[in-house]
Amino acid sequence: MASEDPPLRGRVLWRAEDRIGVRTQAADVEVGRPGDARPGDLVRVPPAREAQVVHRYPDDEFPGRRSEVARLSRERLSMLWARSRAARAVREAFEEWGFVEIDAPRLVTTPGLEVHIDAITAGEGYLATSPEPQMKRLLAAGLERVYALGPCFRGGESGDFHNPEFSMLEWYRGWSDLEAIIADTEALVSRVAVAVTGTTRVPGRRKQGEIDVAPPWERIPVLEAMTAYAGVALRGGESAEELARALDAAGIDPRGATAWDDLFYTAFVDRVEPALARKPHPVLLIDWPAELAALARKKPGAPHLVERAEVYAGGLELANGFGELTDAAEQRARFEADQRSRAARGLPVYPIDERLLAALEEGIPPAGGMALGFDRLVMLVTGAERLRDVAAFVWDEL
Amino acid sequence: MYDSSDIRKNLKVLMDGQPYTVVDFQFIKPGKGAAFTRTKLKNLLTGGIVEKNIRSGEKLEPANVEERDMQYLYSDGDDHVFMDATTYDQVSISNDILGGGAGYLKDSLTCTVLFFNDRAVGVTLPNFVEVEVAETEPGARGDTTAGNVTKPAKIESGAEVQVPLFVNQGERIKVDTRTGHYVERVKS
Repeated sequence: MASEDPPLRGRVLWRAEDRIGVRTQAADVEVGRPGDARPGDLVRVPPAREAQVVHRYPDDEFPGRRSEVARLSRERLSMLWARSRAARAVREAFEEWGFVEIDAPRLVTTPGLEVHIDAITAGEGYLATSPEPQMKRLLAAGLERVYALGPCFRGGESGDFHNPEFSMLEWYRGWSDLEAIIADTEALVSRVAVAVTGTTRVPGRRKQGEIDVAPPWERIPVLEAMTAYAGVALRGGESAEELARALDAAGIDPRGATAWDDLFYTAFVDRVEPALARKPHPVLLIDWPAELAALARKKPGAPHLVERAEVYAGGLELANGFGELTDAAEQRARFEADQRSRAARGLPVYPIDERLLAALEEGIPPAGGMALGFDRLVMLVTGAERLRDVAAFVWDEL
Repeated sequence: MYDSSDIRKNLKVLMDGQPYTVVDFQFIKPGKGAAFTRTKLKNLLTGGIVEKNIRSGEKLEPANVEERDMQYLYSDGDDHVFMDATTYDQVSISNDILGGGAGYLKDSLTCTVLFFNDRAVGVTLPNFVEVEVAETEPGARGDTTAGNVTKPAKIESGAEVQVPLFVNQGERIKVDTRTGHYVERVKS
């Protein structure tokens, strides 16, 4: 009679819901029914592939707990495994879809010109706030499907959802549009959720119920969201004065805001974001007003709207995508307006990226692009409350 | 004036003429908009909690509040007199401000007194006080069968506390002043 395989013994590396990863002498294996096994525990894995805890370290004996420099909780170690699986799922998806991965430059001569994003200076240049300009030049050069997963840097951003250095996942499709990019995003987030947790229903954050990230996602035009959730009725094309009156009618104190975007976001942060955070599924906010166009192109047939989609899921602002603006003259005009806006607010004014404009002038195909906060994606699929819970180190730990 | 970047826990600010303390805050930043600090504030007079989203660059007025450790001296009717042990300043605080806390005051108990514009507006007692049981019925063993595992006891400082049946008059007990619950018997 053939003897059964002997049980493997190993240490739990990560835990996701009802599965654990175990490193044994022979291999890393994934098993179910782990009971209350936690990362760091010694377990036996019988051939039935169900774990049995054989030894549990008390917290103060847990390997690594005594190290001054590498003291991380068991939960955080487990999160790093989840993060690694998420990154692998992202790369597998883009490889399957025929994308090329590039290493975007981290040190650049001019960062993006967005009014509310401050760059960190580095030597003669800046740390990149986004890989967008270089990726668009690659579109012009003929790379039609391109993605980058790597660090970006933004000054003064620290908190539960922010770190001055964070991982950005950004991708572009040439000869394509925002619709295709939205479909990519829906498919990608679902794949990552399944890779990390085994299901598209991910644990909610802050006592919410679970969130199902399976596509298709609910789409809400931004102006409708402002009307429905903030009571700020907008048709589009309102001046700043008209917007201020609409806030007043909705009982929202503008608290000294006079600029169009400040008024808009005061209502958005007070009322729209909390409403979106309660949804048990991701939401795509689409059809943004032209005042908040950034690098999006105008929507054909609706001059006061632009092709922009922002993803909110589980209280996290997860991603922002555009039908890309490819008109060099209009792009220059918007860069110059951003420069004036920064100067008026007393912020440093960065130089215009002339090489990006030259590439647009030579011509890039119609394109869609999405920028997704990878740390937040890991937070979403693991239910982590804070960015630091899914990062090896954040700024105040260095 | 404070700036939005000064926001941190326990910062005392004045809003609509009322003093508030920051109990929690979170940095948020919509993709293409200015940063906000989602701030949870506690009204120091009413204890009510409000949420405010403070936009980057918004100004906040500091509240003229001060916390001082003061010793309880004596009571005169509904007024209770406290003294600052370093300056010997005395202040009289009424029952309205003390609320249920008056029942736990005993000689030389050190409390934290909150002053707003130099007026005492609140008293925070120590979380736990040790007091003597002034009056309680002897506990009869048979009472537990009816599901009665506690009995009322009047403590020396005046409050009534539910205590286990084994606690006798004259013994010292530890009481949680936040909940009014018995914690344990104290060996004297």
